[in-house]
Amino acid sequence: MTLPFTMSRRGWTMLAVLVPLLLLFAWVALRSGPLAPINVTVTQVEERNVSPAMFGIGTVEARYTQKVGPTAAGRVTMVAVDVGDTVVAGQLLAQIDPIDLDQRIDAAAGGTARSAALEQAAIAQIADANARVVLTRSVLARTEHLKRGGWVTDAMVDQRRQELAAAQAGLAAAQANRSAAAMDRGRLGSERAALVEQRANLRLVAPHAGLVVRRTAEPGTTVVAGQAVIEIIDPAQLWINVRFDQTQSAGLATGQAVRIALRSRPDAPLTGTIERVEPMADALTEEVLAKARFAITGNLPSIGELAEVTVALPAQPKTLAIPNAAVHRIDGHVGVWVIRDGDLVFAPVKLGAEDFGGWVQVLGGLSKGERIVLHSAKALSANSRFSIVDALP
Amino acid sequence: MISLAGRDILHGWGKFVLTGMGLGLLIGVTLSMAGVYRGMVDDAQALLDNSRADLWVVQKDTLGPYAEPSSLTEDSERPIQAMRGVAQAAGVTYLTMQIAHGDKDVRVMVVGAEMGEPGLPGQPTHLISGRQIVRGHYEAVADVKTGFAIGDHVRVRRNLYTIVGLTSRMVSSGGDPMLFLSLKDAQTAQFQKDSDAIVRQRARTAANPQLNPPGNPAVAQAVNAVQSGNTNVNAILVTITPDANPDEVAADIRRWQRLTVYTRAEMEEILVQKLIANSARQIAMFLVILSIVSAAIVAFIIYTMTIGKIREIAVLKLIGTRNRTISWMILQQALGLGLIGFIVGKIAASLWAPFFPKYVLLLPSDSILGFVAVMLICTLASFLAIQAAIKVDPAEAIGG
Repeated sequence: MTLPFTMSRRGWTMLAVLVPLLLLFAWVALRSGPLAPINVTVTQVEERNVSPAMFGIGTVEARYTQKVGPTAAGRVTMVAVDVGDTVVAGQLLAQIDPIDLDQRIDAAAGGTARSAALEQAAIAQIADANARVVLTRSVLARTEHLKRGGWVTDAMVDQRRQELAAAQAGLAAAQANRSAAAMDRGRLGSERAALVEQRANLRLVAPHAGLVVRRTAEPGTTVVAGQAVIEIIDPAQLWINVRFDQTQSAGLATGQAVRIALRSRPDAPLTGTIERVEPMADALTEEVLAKARFAITGNLPSIGELAEVTVALPAQPKTLAIPNAAVHRIDGHVGVWVIRDGDLVFAPVKLGAEDFGGWVQVLGGLSKGERIVLHSAKALSANSRFSIVDALP
Repeated sequence: MISLAGRDILHGWGKFVLTGMGLGLLIGVTLSMAGVYRGMVDDAQALLDNSRADLWVVQKDTLGPYAEPSSLTEDSERPIQAMRGVAQAAGVTYLTMQIAHGDKDVRVMVVGAEMGEPGLPGQPTHLISGRQIVRGHYEAVADVKTGFAIGDHVRVRRNLYTIVGLTSRMVSSGGDPMLFLSLKDAQTAQFQKDSDAIVRQRARTAANPQLNPPGNPAVAQAVNAVQSGNTNVNAILVTITPDANPDEVAADIRRWQRLTVYTRAEMEEILVQKLIANSARQIAMFLVILSIVSAAIVAFIIYTMTIGKIREIAVLKLIGTRNRTISWMILQQALGLGLIGFIVGKIAASLWAPFFPKYVLLLPSDSILGFVAVMLICTLASFLAIQAAIKVDPAEAIGG
């Protein structure tokens, strides 16, 4: 072949500069910028076990908390225990100032004694009245006998009868006096008993054995009815009040084993179980609430400490699974980009459970061994040019 | 027929190619500047693309969530979800902050997105490695520009997050790379105060007799609980069903939910016309000046190149070469110079673009426009040179 022009050495040298420049230009124009193919990595749809799990966070709480306080307003005179103390059932915790209660008990006692004395007086009066009834009855009998002999007048008999009736009325009055005095004694006794009860109520005692976690009032403080002075928990019964996102809470049930990582010791997880799934969920935060019991080893964790709770759900049978990075939503359909005959095809899929490694079950839409796009340097579309690479970026 | 221009170029080809390359670097700078401008606009577009939303529902009468702060309750999304034409609605939070990584700080935009199901608006659109967030807490997906690697632990406020996935081109309108967290984690990061502030707030509440009335300690507890919790979001991202009209759905939400709603076009206007307007105009102004300077330099180079050969042209004229042939030679040389310059410029701009700290987008349309402009400038510049050449007196070849 002969060229239409003759090339000097200079011409060749120039070509040697220009041709690589042109090639570089073509490469740059096609491999960078918007025209460049999108680098993707691919993976195959495979069968594997997906072990779904749930992750929630919660706080350590005591199952039983007793807030011990007075039933009526009063001033604290003494607090017998401090935070961290262990108490037994019935132990005195604090005392509320009784003010005039002791004097009122004394007054009630005096009243009872007076009633008893009045009762004794009434008994004596009954005896006196009884004697008068017996005497007047005997006088009346004798007067009636004399009347039959005509020795006394009718007026005399009537007078004796009136005397008997008066004596009988006197007896009834004395008996009534006695029972009034007895009733009064009972009333004053009950009043005193009530005051003694109130006095006892001002002694705040531990309803259960436990650990004192809070002391909210010091001697001299005035507290209102129902206000806690001492808070006691049962340290053997702690649980985690845990919250799971509602979207990921399917399958949560009582009795499931959990792993608990306390914020203070994340590397020493504890084991526990779901004690209860609360029937009421949190509507505002869109979370399901549950209680996870755990066995305490070593030091007691702080009440209120943050904890992470992981629930391992039963492993699913082996099914098709893909990494969740491959899943996209296009035009309202959840699916993956499949490489079929060298072209990108968006295949809608039906997904199942997901595990913490990011593997998600495929329930439909893909078959085993299909090549799907895992990662891509940009969001893909059906007519994207792509080039498969081993790893990005 | 011999090519006069070719012969001439070959005669001093080294000088010719070097001039072309110098010119190329200048054109490369101009193209890069155009790329910087396009990149800036594209960052804003990328923010909108990445959020995958058709509508942005924000606090009433604000330009939120990107151009102004906006805050609305998280459960505002529920009535929106139930409206006709709405496919999905999801709350989202945005917070730009500095995050310590190793011994340096990285400026990131923390995005809180709902992670419950795949493809909700606000989630990263694609990953370049790793996986999406699975746990409800303490996992993060980061843009590769943050420099984080999978498995890294980063501290956002008081919690540590594990990077489980990396994405790319997920940037704020200012070009800050994004860090995706689950919505609840991001709300904590955005709204939870530091421990000192909480303690001081509690002390203030305790000292206020209205919030802590004597004889009713429960009030202060309730006030503290209210002050430390927050379930707000910055915006609600809404996607619409394929048959719905975004303007109509937006009008419905405005009318019945009494919130401000922006469509994609309106949001683009807010971002491009308002948020980045000044910096973009600054770059655009600089681009215009640079283009004018480049054009002037190209014209001067071609003119001086021709003037440098004025004696040879005079000889050509002396031996009877026609003016048309001489003009064609000069034009060819100018166009050749422009071509080499453009090729070198395009290569240079493409090669150094990835090293810019912010995104540089070299659009093919810009390149074509640039090419046409270079050729036009070369042609115009050669006219000046041609005029000078034609006016040359052939006697100069002998005289001189």
